[in-house]
Amino acid sequence: MSGTPRDAVLGALRRATGRDANMAEAAAAVRTRLAAHARNTIPARGLRETQGLLELFTEQARGVDASVAIVDDFGAVPGAVADYLRGENLPTRLRMAPDPRLDACPWDDAPTLEITRGKGEAEDVVALTGAFAGVAETGTLMLISGPDSPTTLNFLPDAHIVVLNAADLVGCYEDGWDRLRATGRMPRSVNFITGPSRSADIEQTLQLGAHGPRWLHIVVVAGGAATKDPGDG
Amino acid sequence: MSVEVPTSHRFPDNARAALADATLQRGLASAKLGFRVRRSEAAARLPEFETLRDEARDIKNHVLAHLDLYLEAFEQRVTERGGHVHWAGDAAAARDIVLAICRAAGARTVTKGKSMISEEIGLNAFLEQNGVEPVETDLGEYIIQLRGEAPSHIIAPAFHVPKAEVAETFQKHHKSLDPARPLEQPRQLLEEARAMLRDRFFAADVGITGANFLIAETGATVIVTNEGNGDLTQTLPRVHIVLASLEKVVPTLEDTSTILRLLARSATGQEFTSYTTFSTGPRRGEDLDGPQEFHVVLLDNGRSDLIGTELQEVLRCIRCGACMNHCPVFGVIGGHAYGWVYPGPIGAVLSPSLIGIEEAHHLPSASTFCGRCESVCPMRIPLPGLMRHLREREYGRGIPPAAQRWGLRAWAFLAKRPRLYRLATALPVRLLGLVGRRRGAFRRLPLAGGWTAERDLPAPQGPTFQALWNRAGGRRERPR
Repeated sequence: MSGTPRDAVLGALRRATGRDANMAEAAAAVRTRLAAHARNTIPARGLRETQGLLELFTEQARGVDASVAIVDDFGAVPGAVADYLRGENLPTRLRMAPDPRLDACPWDDAPTLEITRGKGEAEDVVALTGAFAGVAETGTLMLISGPDSPTTLNFLPDAHIVVLNAADLVGCYEDGWDRLRATGRMPRSVNFITGPSRSADIEQTLQLGAHGPRWLHIVVVAGGAATKDPGDG
Repeated sequence: MSVEVPTSHRFPDNARAALADATLQRGLASAKLGFRVRRSEAAARLPEFETLRDEARDIKNHVLAHLDLYLEAFEQRVTERGGHVHWAGDAAAARDIVLAICRAAGARTVTKGKSMISEEIGLNAFLEQNGVEPVETDLGEYIIQLRGEAPSHIIAPAFHVPKAEVAETFQKHHKSLDPARPLEQPRQLLEEARAMLRDRFFAADVGITGANFLIAETGATVIVTNEGNGDLTQTLPRVHIVLASLEKVVPTLEDTSTILRLLARSATGQEFTSYTTFSTGPRRGEDLDGPQEFHVVLLDNGRSDLIGTELQEVLRCIRCGACMNHCPVFGVIGGHAYGWVYPGPIGAVLSPSLIGIEEAHHLPSASTFCGRCESVCPMRIPLPGLMRHLREREYGRGIPPAAQRWGLRAWAFLAKRPRLYRLATALPVRLLGLVGRRRGAFRRLPLAGGWTAERDLPAPQGPTFQALWNRAGGRRERPR
């Protein structure tokens, strides 16, 4: 009866669920569920609105081997980046995402840094990107791909430095999704990043820096104004 | 090399060989406790954990009851974002689809993220036969690919390989490197694999990953990883292929988030893995990187037959590995003994459905029904109950040998006749008690060689339970 593999699979599923008899009802149930974005139980720790978000995010991120520095405003970002690289004895050459928020930082204040912009390349040791949001419940960064945020920067370098505006901190993943929906676009990639790359594939011994970055450093801009939504134009 | 030809029918021999493998035994002993402790600590840190398990079960039950509709919705979203969905009825169809995409891309090498579906369809051997070189990039998968072995655990594929043997394997295959280099430490092995694979990531024409979830609401496919290899695999090449089975679909981003809160905690005891990546279609016009083509291969391979049956619940599985980490049988024989892609309790239920009860009939019996797997399954799959169902099915098909069938039949005859049962057990019990009470146990006993070969049989120390119960007038005796 069915020509294509698609028809065969869907046909088998419909027979098994007696779909012929309940199609209208079932289709309505599915449509409603897909449109409603109903939340299931959110852990209490992810329910805080603003109070305590930064503390929880910082604690959770440090718990998974990320390092966190907190600065007052975007003006302090170049200094914080330079300090971090010096402290970890990392090179001062870095590849920066072409993100207007990063471009607006006073990079002349950190003359030791040698900055190029673009996507990630094989030779990159340090990359610097912004973040779309930070999820406090697990210290997770939410990065979205786009011309100002190439995905390769998140995975190719040895050290990934992420600048996160504290105004973009949310309690739970669901808050992050609502923010993304509000932009009206779905990017090719949404990357939830929780600590640096790791592997325990050799004798269950945990090692950082498997294929992705060995160092994840988060610079939180605590007093920065809320990030302007690119969709707001 | 993948497990194309199952050896599940040789399970008893496989298990005996595993028990005699000293290296494997050392690895199993050291690993299992770590997994269990970390999972239980992670669950304890989240007071809502048990509630989330109920909700996750309900989400998947709803999906399975509407699987046709959610798959259609998912397909429509993927297509709208410029991706392609391919439907594969069986393993051969899925392999052909992947090869056709590779050929169209002119691919010579493909990099691969970890995918159980790839193992299930035996993709690597097939690509090699057809002139396309597959390169596994997950550290564990890379190690076992070099060794020509199959994964022995669904989330720790090289679980069975001690580091000295990893070093040996690297010495043998990484010929361009100085043979005198130090390779004793896991760190050195990791760094070497990272360096060797870097170029492969850039050279690959196609990247193949699995999917932990397919999201009907957005058309996204999701990978949950720690190393970052999956992301390099799917971002650098021109073409990204996602391999997924039908039941991976979930309705919304909210539903995905709920199940994600269970996945890592149940698997490795992490709050969240390092990388959870949602991929929707190919790169957008203005993007600076990402694949230009995005393909999703949806594999059935026997799963649609399970919908509407007693076994449907197994399709809630999210492949966390908690059941095997807590299984006393897996804990002493490891994954290879199960003879096919999915080991442990989940394999004991899934394998008979995917490769046939005739091939896999031993597996549902490889359980003590201790119930630990069900107690830790984040999706509340009643694994022992499903194994019991498969045992019944096996018996119904006449698969067990005659002696076993007659034994079961005789036992059933007695068990259904309480008076006869009491009589038939009281006599031997009294006799054994008379002969053995002083010694306490039998080291050898006629007709019980299967038992006494491995351990002593305790001698009955008095009347049977039933006799005691009757003597007490059908009430509990007061403790003496």
